[in-house]
This record gives sequence, C-alpha cells and structure tokens, in this order.
Amino acid sequence: MEITTKDYSVWYDPEKATVFFKGFLRLDGMEAYQPIINVLNIAAENGSVITLDMKNLEFLNSSGISMLSMFVVSLRNKGNVGLVLKGSNKVLWQTKSLRNLQRLMPSISLELG
Amino acid sequence: MTQIFGEFIEALPPTEEYLTISFSPSSNARNLRWSNYGLSADFLGDYFATFFPGPSDQTDALGKQEVIKSSVSYIANELLENAIQHSDLSAESPIHISLYLYDTRLVFVVSNSATESKVKRYIEFIQKLLTSDIDQLYTQQLEKTALGYGGSHMGLLTMINDYAARFGWKFEASLSQPEIVKVVVMAHLDV
Repeated sequence: MEITTKDYSVWYDPEKATVFFKGFLRLDGMEAYQPIINVLNIAAENGSVITLDMKNLEFLNSSGISMLSMFVVSLRNKGNVGLVLKGSNKVLWQTKSLRNLQRLMPSISLELG
Repeated sequence: MTQIFGEFIEALPPTEEYLTISFSPSSNARNLRWSNYGLSADFLGDYFATFFPGPSDQTDALGKQEVIKSSVSYIANELLENAIQHSDLSAESPIHISLYLYDTRLVFVVSNSATESKVKRYIEFIQKLLTSDIDQLYTQQLEKTALGYGGSHMGLLTMINDYAARFGWKFEASLSQPEIVKVVVMAHLDV
C-alpha cells in the first residue's frame, strides 16, 4: 500500500511491519491526512509491534503532528500493539517534536539516529 | 478598539535585513495555492539561513544554518497556515508575512483579517495560553487533538514549546467594516 505525490510518499511494508514516510508533508488540515491515517490503521491491524520510519520525512506540519497523535492514542487504546518511531537527528522537526508523542504513550520506543 | 497581548512591539527597530511576502487570499484557489504557502515558508528559511555560518566539521549535529532554515520554515509555514485558515475571505484583504533579522533574534510579523467571532475564540485561547503552564497545556491539547477535537491550536503550541518562539498579538477593529478585525501576530525567535 502506497501513497505517492510530487511532495511526499507514504508506504507500508508488511514484511518489515513498517510504514515509511518520505518528503514534505504539509497537508491542509487533519481531514486531508485521512488517507495516511488509513495506511497507519492497516499497519496497526497487522502487527504486534509496528514501526514508523520517518528518517526521510523532511517536513511535517502541525496537522501532521496531530495526525500522529491521533494514531498514537488509537494504539494506546488498543493496548496490544507496540510502536517504534524511527527518526533522524539530522532533521530538526524530528529532534524537536517526535519525543512529545511519548507524553501520550510512554511505551513508545524512539530511535533518533 | 485595539487589544494587545503578549510580547508585541508596535514599532520594531529598523534593520537592514527584512523581507515581506504578500498573498491575496481566494477561496477558489485555496487548494492550488496551499503548496505555494509551503514554498514561501521554505524560501524564507533558505533566505535567512544564508546570514548564518554554514555546516561545521561536526557531522553528527545540525549546523546553525540548518537549524535556522528549518526553524524559519516551520514557523513561517504554521503562521501562514493559521492566517489562511482564519482569514475572512469576504474582507478581500491580503495576508502579509514579514521577517526581520536582528543581532540576536528573528521577528516574524503576519497580518490578516478575520471575523469578530473567530477572533473572540482566538483571544480566549491566548488568555488561557498566557496564564497556563505551557508544558501542561501542550499535553492537554495534544490529547484533545488526538481524540479528534478540533481547534487544539497545536501549531501555536509546537512553535512555543518545541521551537521556543515567543508571541505577541494585536487585534484592531476595522473602522469601515466593524465585523472584521485586523489580526497581527508577532513571533520572536532567538538566534
């Protein structure tokens, strides 16, 4: 499953239980993120631990951060799916904002490399 | 009537380095133009980053130039998105974003026009923001947005909490259109 536009790509690799993000994500409000939320939800249905690999996601606006928080809370409510967030310490927004998602779900494993 | 909140400076000191971009908002073109707002934010980031030192030898950390570029791009994009989402298109007034560079700080100034009812709700949130513990408010609003409640102001909160931006606001009623309020948002970023 893959969403690709000229600005970004989001795809789910079931073998790696990983959703990959790449490019610049600044969609117009939460509603515009629904197709991406759908990809995340499919991944959550299919694994006991899922990874969001955002190392190549150069930009995420606050609506995108809200989308991630919504997904994190849905996992928290399920209670049986673990979450790994992979980011890059070369991408400023990831060093600034990703760890805040642990406020919603302290068990998130955050790997900034 | 004029209302001022937070760190708002009426007359900014002169500086040789500044840039202003103006947009004429139109509902028809919003989808087409949305990506242009992002491009403008990136341009501001690229432009102002050139005034700072380039990459150092330390390859494992972000250089000053990259930090400025990414911070300006994020903040300018959020300020523009907010201005566009809350602008009253019937007022037909442009949105302006200006960025001023000083020795130790960057100042963003964004202006747009909004309806009185939107401004009232915005001011209520600003008053809450100015009297709350930002860390607690951030967590509270993040939880709120995660549960699907809109109007969580995550843009504003990420700029303050994650990027250490400081804010000031001015709301000025229009003399010719009393139901329209001119909104000026000022964001200070230490550099």
